[in-house]
Amino acid sequence: MKLLTHNMLTSHVKGVTKGYPLLIKATEVKVSEVEFNPNFVSRMIPKLEWSALVQAADGLGHLQDLPAELVTDYEKNEEFLRKVHRVLLEVEVLEGCLQCPESGREFPISRGVPNMLLNEDEA
Amino acid sequence: QSPFWRLNGLSEEDVNSIMARTVCAKSAFELWGHGRTHSELRTSLLKYPTENMSPFLQKDSTYKINVYTFNKTLEFEDRIKKIDAMEYLSFEGRVNLKNPKHIFCLLEDYGTDPNNIPDEPLYIYFGRWIADGQRELIRSHSVKNRHFIGNTSMDAGLSFIMANHARVKAHDLVYDPFVGTGSLLVACSHFGAYVCGTDIDYNTIHGIGKASRKNQKWRGPDENIRANLRQYGSEKLYVDVLVSDASKPIWRDGMLFDAIITDPPYGIRESTRRTGSQKDSVKPPEDYVGDSHVPVSMAYHLSDIFTDLLNFSAHHLVIGGRLVYWLPIYRPEYCEEMVPLNACLRLVSNCEQTLSSHTSRRLITMEKIKEPEVGVCPSIRIEFIFEIPYSRHLLP
Repeated sequence: MKLLTHNMLTSHVKGVTKGYPLLIKATEVKVSEVEFNPNFVSRMIPKLEWSALVQAADGLGHLQDLPAELVTDYEKNEEFLRKVHRVLLEVEVLEGCLQCPESGREFPISRGVPNMLLNEDEA
Repeated sequence: QSPFWRLNGLSEEDVNSIMARTVCAKSAFELWGHGRTHSELRTSLLKYPTENMSPFLQKDSTYKINVYTFNKTLEFEDRIKKIDAMEYLSFEGRVNLKNPKHIFCLLEDYGTDPNNIPDEPLYIYFGRWIADGQRELIRSHSVKNRHFIGNTSMDAGLSFIMANHARVKAHDLVYDPFVGTGSLLVACSHFGAYVCGTDIDYNTIHGIGKASRKNQKWRGPDENIRANLRQYGSEKLYVDVLVSDASKPIWRDGMLFDAIITDPPYGIRESTRRTGSQKDSVKPPEDYVGDSHVPVSMAYHLSDIFTDLLNFSAHHLVIGGRLVYWLPIYRPEYCEEMVPLNACLRLVSNCEQTLSSHTSRRLITMEKIKEPEVGVCPSIRIEFIFEIPYSRHLLP
């Protein structure tokens, strides 16, 4: 699971109102090189919840020098876009789970794939 | 029915843009002359303004003339004769068969009946070749050669058509909520979009379990959606796939996706499932490989799939973003009112593909025109959708 995806996921356990962001408990994380595309990163930034991204990266120990606040005029700032690219697309959680912050329910991640299915009593 | 289509009012730039994307058109030509006989063609060509022809007939340029005969095979000598008969056009450049600057085509239409081929063409066209379409993608991305397939993998041609309907372009983020083996994501990634998908079937998402190929029992290690993208050089565009129930969306609020492209279950072939309580439901066996990790299976009523899908799209598409999906149809009862609508989406197109005398599916394209009011973007609930009875041989 990439942090781009994590940024968009929320807990949908019945009755939960504060299900975002999911807490990441990772037992295996992988960092790979993915081709940098400044256009894609630029277009994604307005769709992101910035503080959730920073929190997630930090929790995995991969924050590095990503700023806590979104910089202005990032479209032309290649250095900044590269930092965002790394965190969004190059850091992957292979094993672990995502935890609902309100109910504590855990969604397992195996082979990089989260399983978000709920049981009948949780849906 | 004719394989030739004449269009007016397009610039060469327009034609090049279209041909760079279409898998439906073979080639595009700038029409210089046409007629029912070569004599009519000649008259037509001599009427074509010379100032439109001369930039391409210059002394210092190279050219070649191709002869295409639709519905007939012509011997080499006959082709040469036809080219020689065009000598009334003032080609001043040199012929270069390998790498000419300009290519011209003589196109002869011998009708559409392969059992009744006329001696002389029914119609003839002559023009300057502009560009070929992307029909090669149908072969290069054929499901036959794909690493990972399933019973319902969408064929390459239709996948690219869907990507075109959705106007998928580079740097987009595209989502498929019934992703299966990822055929639609493969097509979208070809046009440079980043792709993600979800499916309720654990085994398909993980690429494990029984194989779909005839001589293969179990899936190999390189059989999953990510491997499919890697096969075509698009792995960098792979975002994620997740196991999830489309009726219970996992995404936070916001305009996240540039396009949503999907082939929802029809209630035939692959089973239609969703989680939730139901009195008569049966728990699937514990067998890890033989069945998927669905806690409880329940019939996902067909009309709910589409109202949910439209509502989801209304909330999560960007303005101007498109939803493209297949709608299964029981032909004897079909009427346009059966196509689901939504206040935030406008219907762009509705194209039928016949599956049998009684069934078809319709490719529906919708475009988001406005944001939903808080919490509400009602879909018109369909009263008439029929669950198509199970039939093993129904889909092509």
